[in-house]
Order: sequence, then C-alpha cells, then structure tokens
Amino acid sequence: MTEAVIQGAGLHRHYDVSAGVMRKPRVLRAVAGLDFELAAGKTLAVVGESGCGKSTLARMVAMIEPPTEGELTLDGKPMLPSDWASLRQSVQIVFQDPYGSLNPRQRVGVILQEPLTINRPDLTRAEREQRARDMLEMVGLRPEHFDRYPHMFSGGQRQRIAIARALMLNPKVLVLDEPVSALDLSIQSAILNLLTELQDRLHLAYLFISHDLSVVRHVADDVIVMYLGRAVEVGPKAQIFAAPQHPYTRALLSATPNADPKGRKERIKLSGELPSPLDISSGCPFAPRCWKAKEKCRQELPTLSGDQHRAACFYPEG
Amino acid sequence: MSLLRIRNLSVSFSTASGAFQAVDAVDLDVDAGEILAIVGESGSGKSVSMLALMGLLPWTATVTADELSFDGADLLRIDRAARRKIIGNDLAMIFQEPMTALNPCFMVGWQIKEALRVHLGLDRATRHKRAIELFEQVGIPDAEKRLTAFPHQMSGGMNQRVMIAMAIACKPKLLIADEPTTALDVTIQAQILDLLADLRRETGMGLVLITHDMGVVAETAERVCVQYAGQKIEEQPVGPLFDQPHHPYTAALLDALPERATDKLLPTIPGVVPGQFDRPSGCLFSPRCKFADATCTTTPPVAAGPELGQVRCHYPLNTGERKAS
Repeated sequence: MTEAVIQGAGLHRHYDVSAGVMRKPRVLRAVAGLDFELAAGKTLAVVGESGCGKSTLARMVAMIEPPTEGELTLDGKPMLPSDWASLRQSVQIVFQDPYGSLNPRQRVGVILQEPLTINRPDLTRAEREQRARDMLEMVGLRPEHFDRYPHMFSGGQRQRIAIARALMLNPKVLVLDEPVSALDLSIQSAILNLLTELQDRLHLAYLFISHDLSVVRHVADDVIVMYLGRAVEVGPKAQIFAAPQHPYTRALLSATPNADPKGRKERIKLSGELPSPLDISSGCPFAPRCWKAKEKCRQELPTLSGDQHRAACFYPEG
Repeated sequence: MSLLRIRNLSVSFSTASGAFQAVDAVDLDVDAGEILAIVGESGSGKSVSMLALMGLLPWTATVTADELSFDGADLLRIDRAARRKIIGNDLAMIFQEPMTALNPCFMVGWQIKEALRVHLGLDRATRHKRAIELFEQVGIPDAEKRLTAFPHQMSGGMNQRVMIAMAIACKPKLLIADEPTTALDVTIQAQILDLLADLRRETGMGLVLITHDMGVVAETAERVCVQYAGQKIEEQPVGPLFDQPHHPYTAALLDALPERATDKLLPTIPGVVPGQFDRPSGCLFSPRCKFADATCTTTPPVAAGPELGQVRCHYPLNTGERKAS
C-alpha cells in the first residue's frame, strides 16, 4: 500500500457533560478508539448515523479540536496543538452547510484570499488575487463571480466557493464533512464530479464524511463504518458493499432505499434506536439492537479482526 | 370518483419584488388507499401545493384553482369553520421536522389528546385510552409513560412517531407526509416508511408522500408525480417511471443518481432551477435540457394524455419511435 499522508492511532475524544448542578460531570465518549490511515489520491469514507462520532473525527483531523487520547500524524510527523497553525495549511475542511460556512459580508474574492493573507504574507496583493482567480476557474465558476457576495449564489455554487477556499493553500488532505447532503440531486452530481476531477488533478486525499451510502459507494476507496464512537467495520469499498461482515453494516445497507422499484429486497429491521452515547454498555455497543447478540456480546467488547477487511464482531456474517 | 381531486391549482406569493409563481397549473388525483409520491427538487412547489390544500399558507399567498375537492367537499368555497372540521380529521399532514412541528411547551400526550378532544369530542378517560392505543400502534415503547414526555426528551424518530400518531388519531382518509424521513437516520427512516405502509394497509387511507429522495419513492410509492419549478411535468406508475421516463428532466434526474453511475464521473444537469426573475417563456426546463430547440424556448408545452404520463414536453422520450439516449 502507498504511504499514508495522514494517520490516526487510538483516537479518543471525550466531552464532559454536566449532569446537574451538584452532580459530577459525566463523560461522553464521542470517539472511543479509532485508527485510520489515508493515502494521497485516495478517498476514505466514514459512514454512520447521527451521533456516531463521524463529525467529531472530522473536527479532530481538521485540527479544530485536539484528541483526548491517541495520536494523529501527518507525513509521519505528529500533529501537536503547538504546530497546528502551520499544519493547517496541509489539512483543510469543507463543511456541510454552504449557507452557514461563508461570511455573508465578504465578497467571494476576499473569502478566497483570506487563507493566503493569513498564511502567506510573502505573497504580494497581485499574486494573491491571481491565485484566487485561478482557483475560481478551477472549481468551475466564472471570473465575474469574483466580486459578488455569497447570497448571490445557489447552494451548489456556494459549495464550489467553499471547496475553492479550502484548496487555496494547496492542502494535501481535504476533510469533507457531508459536502453534498444539503444539495439537490441534480447539483449533487456536479459537485461530486468536481471533487473527483480535483482529486485526479491535485492528488488530494479525501476524508469523506457522509451518511448517504449511495454517495459513499460512488466516491470512496476505503470505508469505515462507525457506531457510537467506534469503528465496527473497516475495509475496501467493494468488499464492504458486496460482503458486509458486521450486522450493523448489513442493516445499514439494507435500510438504504434503492432507487429501483423492481429491486425490492428484505429489509433488516433494527428494533429500537441509537442508545444515548452517555451510557454505553461494556459489551459490544451494537448488542442491544443486534438480532444475533449472544451473552458474550453483552459482556465483552469485540475488536477489529481480519487483515484488509476487518469487522468488530464475535459472530461476523458470511 | 377520486378522494382528492385538484384541477389547475396555482399558488403565487406576493413578494417585495413582485409576484412569485410557486405552483403553476397542477392537476392531481388521489384515490383512497393508494400511495402517491410527489418528487421534485427544492423550489419545485411540491410542499406549497399541499399546504395550499390544507389551507396553511400565509396571507401573502394567492391560491387559485378550477377545482379543489376532497371527499365530496369543495375546499375552495367552504367557510373556515367547515374547513377546520375536515383538516386534522379526515385530511391530516405530517411535517418534515418533528422537533419543530411539535409544541415544546406541552407534553406530547396533551398534544395528541387535543386532536381527539376537538375532532372526536371524546371524554377524558376515553381520550387517554385512545392515546395509548395510538402510541402503541405507531410503535412507541412504554406508551403510557411516554404520554407525559416533552418533545425535547425524545429522539427525532420518536417525535416523528408522535406526529404520525397525532395525524392518524382521527382515522384520516388521506394522509399527507411532507418529507417525513428527511431529518432521520436511514435505519429509523426504514422503520417510519414501513410504519406508514402498514398503516395504509390497516386503515385503507390514501397517502401522499412528498420527497426528493428517489430511493424512498422507488421503495414506497405506487404512482409518482414529478414536479419542476412549480409545474407537474410527468406522472406515471412507479415502475414505468423508473424504466421509461418521458420527460427529459425525469430522465436526467434518474441518470444523476450515484447508484446508477457506470462511470467515475456522473451525468449532470447543467444550470439551476429558474427563479423569480429568470423564468423562461417557453418550457421551464428548456435552458437546462439537452434536447431543447427553438420551439421549446418559445412555446410552453401542454400536458400530454395519460398514455404519455401527462408529460409536459414537446419531444417526450421513450414514446416508441424515440428512445432515450
């Protein structure tokens, strides 16, 4: 396998949650032990339902918050909070909501130049402007858009601006936190194409956070399926989709509506909902909803096992 | 005769910058016991047409129609008191955001009992019993205890079940579900869609499902109506629609689905949905259509007959002599 650009080992992120004025704060384990590695030109997709910790992972990788435990490395060097300011040039993030992530009082040109103004004081004003204009063209916007404000653009165009801003510093890694889930279907495909083209051209590594399995199936190289802060299944896309090993992955796949009226299949019905992340049992986190759970599942925590395609389950499928 | 019959429904909003046509000459029929899906992107007027039917639009909206009848009642001409007897009773609606659609200041039990009191006039004990029954019917565990919960104490999926329980409290003849699962996770979405399908089977109510998710349409609906920029551009049973769409927009939308992709790059639809000021004079889809010619840009197409899915296109696809590319 090619050398990983960014790696995470044993990542944890805990939050203290107040349980009342006189009580001890409780610990919410948003991410509880996660390993991943991502190589240049590859896309690693993280899927899971709300509350599984996928956005927390994105925030740790984008250096918005530090991991409570564990280590992130970029090109083999540890990403310590003291070095964040310089490291952020290599890791950039695109957020889900293109309406909230652009400053409505700044013109597009200013939005695009801001990363350079802050991080590249060696560039002249003219150079900065030229780079911003080149970037505008690269993401498929027109030169006259340079002096416009964000409200003059549609959702898809705004997401292009957000992507352009993330690319201004020539990052190696782009964290995409649900980049297309706020967009309509006809716009979504154009943004996905743009991301594919940019990846081919700039050899970017994508950490693609999504809950939409049909999008993930299209863009990903490798997939991590998360449930309550842990990876329950990790592997190459083709294997995860063709032969899911973890019952949760199977349930997730079967619940995803298939846009083919003839291909009706049996859904695996999961009873119940995601338990509160505050009180997760000591055993397998999925055991309370799992139809195969046995006594062992409720007692012990399964770990990821296997070589390339790994699942954290005592009784894997297939 | 169909349960719901809409003819030539138009809704326009008066805005500071002039009138905005949100729904444009929509015809719709729903029979008892059938599931009709209305599909479209944001701004296609799919929600507004149903809100107009429910009488839930603000005063800035002007609703005109040739016919708007539900179960024998003419909703265009009846007075407000008579309308209130129907809405929430025989005709109910579920909204997209269960968290915001429920009143945060009242316990969910109170909110569901209100519907029972106003519409059915049940006494206190019967209301309580019926509320528990309804919660059990929509699969809320520990129903009696949950009656005293506030919306913020429950998850999105549970709140959506409460919404559904409220909507079916008076055994409606028609239930309108406006993006009922968009805010929910896929495993919960599957539960809610199954629940709606089961309720339809048990009670024989009609169901209008408003959605933008083609996957949900394919798995749930029987008949599909596609809307674009306020117009209904095509209507077909679900199988033929996915196999042989007649309108180029439907075809392009289906091609844009990632699961239908054959290539690393997806087929796209260039341009955006027309807004208030750039509404084309001819076919509304013509600026984005790869088949458009001079006729399309000047003359608005009229809806074809039912054999072509009432398609609004001068050059419909899949008609026999002309196959989709």
